[in-house]
Amino acid sequence: MNNDPIISVRELSKRFGSFVAVDRITFDVARGEIFGFLGANGAGKTTAMRMLCGLSYPTSGSGTVAGFDVMRQGEQIKRRIGYMSQRFSLYDDLTVLENIRLYGGIYGLTRREILRRAVTLLDRLQFRREADTLVGSLPLGWKQKLAFSVATLHRPEVVFLDEPTGGVDPVTRRQFWELIYEAAAEGTTVFVTTHYMDEAEYCSRVSIMVDGQVRALGAPAELKRQFAAGSMDEVFRTLARGAKRTE
Amino acid sequence: MGGFLSFVKKETLHIVRDRRTMMIALLMPVVQILLFGFALSTEINNIDFAVTSPNRTEAVRRQVERIAANPYFTFKGYIAPNEIDNALRSGRADAVAVFADDYDRQTAATERGEPAEKAVQLIFDASNPNNAAAGAGYMQSILLAGRQTGAAAPETRLLYNPQMKSAYNFVPGIMGLIFILICAMLTSVSIVREEETGTMEVLLVSPVRPIRIIFAKMIPYFLLSCLNLVSILLLARFVLGMPMSGSLAGLVGISLLYLMLALALGLLISTLANNQVTAMLISGMLLMLPIIMLSGMVFPIENMPGILQGVSCIIPARWYIEAVRKLMIEGVPFADVLREVLILAAMTAVLIGVALRKFNDKLE
Repeated sequence: MNNDPIISVRELSKRFGSFVAVDRITFDVARGEIFGFLGANGAGKTTAMRMLCGLSYPTSGSGTVAGFDVMRQGEQIKRRIGYMSQRFSLYDDLTVLENIRLYGGIYGLTRREILRRAVTLLDRLQFRREADTLVGSLPLGWKQKLAFSVATLHRPEVVFLDEPTGGVDPVTRRQFWELIYEAAAEGTTVFVTTHYMDEAEYCSRVSIMVDGQVRALGAPAELKRQFAAGSMDEVFRTLARGAKRTE
Repeated sequence: MGGFLSFVKKETLHIVRDRRTMMIALLMPVVQILLFGFALSTEINNIDFAVTSPNRTEAVRRQVERIAANPYFTFKGYIAPNEIDNALRSGRADAVAVFADDYDRQTAATERGEPAEKAVQLIFDASNPNNAAAGAGYMQSILLAGRQTGAAAPETRLLYNPQMKSAYNFVPGIMGLIFILICAMLTSVSIVREEETGTMEVLLVSPVRPIRIIFAKMIPYFLLSCLNLVSILLLARFVLGMPMSGSLAGLVGISLLYLMLALALGLLISTLANNQVTAMLISGMLLMLPIIMLSGMVFPIENMPGILQGVSCIIPARWYIEAVRKLMIEGVPFADVLREVLILAAMTAVLIGVALRKFNDKLE
């Protein structure tokens, strides 16, 4: 297996006019890791993530995702990643199966392959009976799990999750993280932003962004030691207290 | 390519699932054509008239029968001179024809070429000036024709629309309006909806190129409009009995061009609007109003002040409606609408260019 980092970022910045949204961030993510990308609202997480997904061009600095340059090879990157946004990203007026077919088709899977993976996916989620249900009529927790499974349908090398568990109850959040662990165990790297500090504890490593900069980086246990804190929540509060930006 | 087809299918499903919108999109043209064709018209119909005549001679009765036989007029009976004012005020009559008591002698004198007093007076309720003027015109011509004065009477011929059916005039206008409505409004709303719900972002992260996503969105609306084009043409030909004497291929061709223009407009609007309501308002205010007011659909362009005539030139519907009118009603060969086609083609090219540029700017 390839030991190069799957995501490698050096001095990456994004400016909007005079506002520096992301300020020279540098970090690596190893293959198969669950990387927690933390920060308060407005700290620059989403902007940084958009650059890694090829949705937005960096102003300066460099970075690679799955071995491709974020400046020049956005197309190749897009083929190798999955993405799930904080807003619900499936179509309410399509059925579960139609949503799966659409995303399978977008990533160029054959019909037979889509059907095969759809069956596996539905079985794993115990959704088989809901295949022809309109997604709009499913409970939110189910939708989020389905959205995650659809985002990884094409077996991407990295999957980016932008606050995937917002507004979901604790039980469903736990189930959602089980899906994340399964994906990671199968070799997919998971890059996840979250607000919930208990979720940060589940990650292999986390980075914490404040005012557009990465202020802390390491395994949760290391960070707790470094900041002499009992929980990730305390670590986060210590760092966030110094923030200049507010929402 | 597989990705593209999945998209087209998905967009089609969106439209089909949204029954209400689809019914509106499919039925609106039919309802409008039937409304304008049968219920609403700018013709003056059903003018109630009464007659005042002291001596109901044979000649007077013949004239009254002639008017009464005309479909535009309804004869309400003879009334006394002192009832005229009351009849008009109460609305029992819209017009009164007053025959002089020596009507026979007077007309005979005129026919011999001798000077004579006026033999008939027409009194109209002019609270609606258009109706009164048109009605008076009709009645005069009926009375004149009834006297057969021979060579001095001019002969009027109405070309292309001899029965002066106002529906003929409205059909091209409705086409100009409907296509913009369906293509531009629905497309822009559907693009903005995806941006609003967040699904657009997921699509943009996928390897499918943004422009393909947009094209896939346009195709079902384009097909829906083609369906409308067919239903409008069939209704116009077989229900309204329009002549359609021009080049049918030309008519379809220019309509397809106009559809593309409308789709480009829809894309442009989607880049200007941040939510569905704004998209709807922009389409409504910026597209529909000018089309109804300034395209010549309702008000003749020739009657507008110079500035408005200038403004009407940049409204695509004006050129489309003009061309369709020529092709459908006058039946000119396609070469005679070349000017309109070129103008529309230029507008389409510019709009597509601007819309694509704006769209790409918005993505970054």
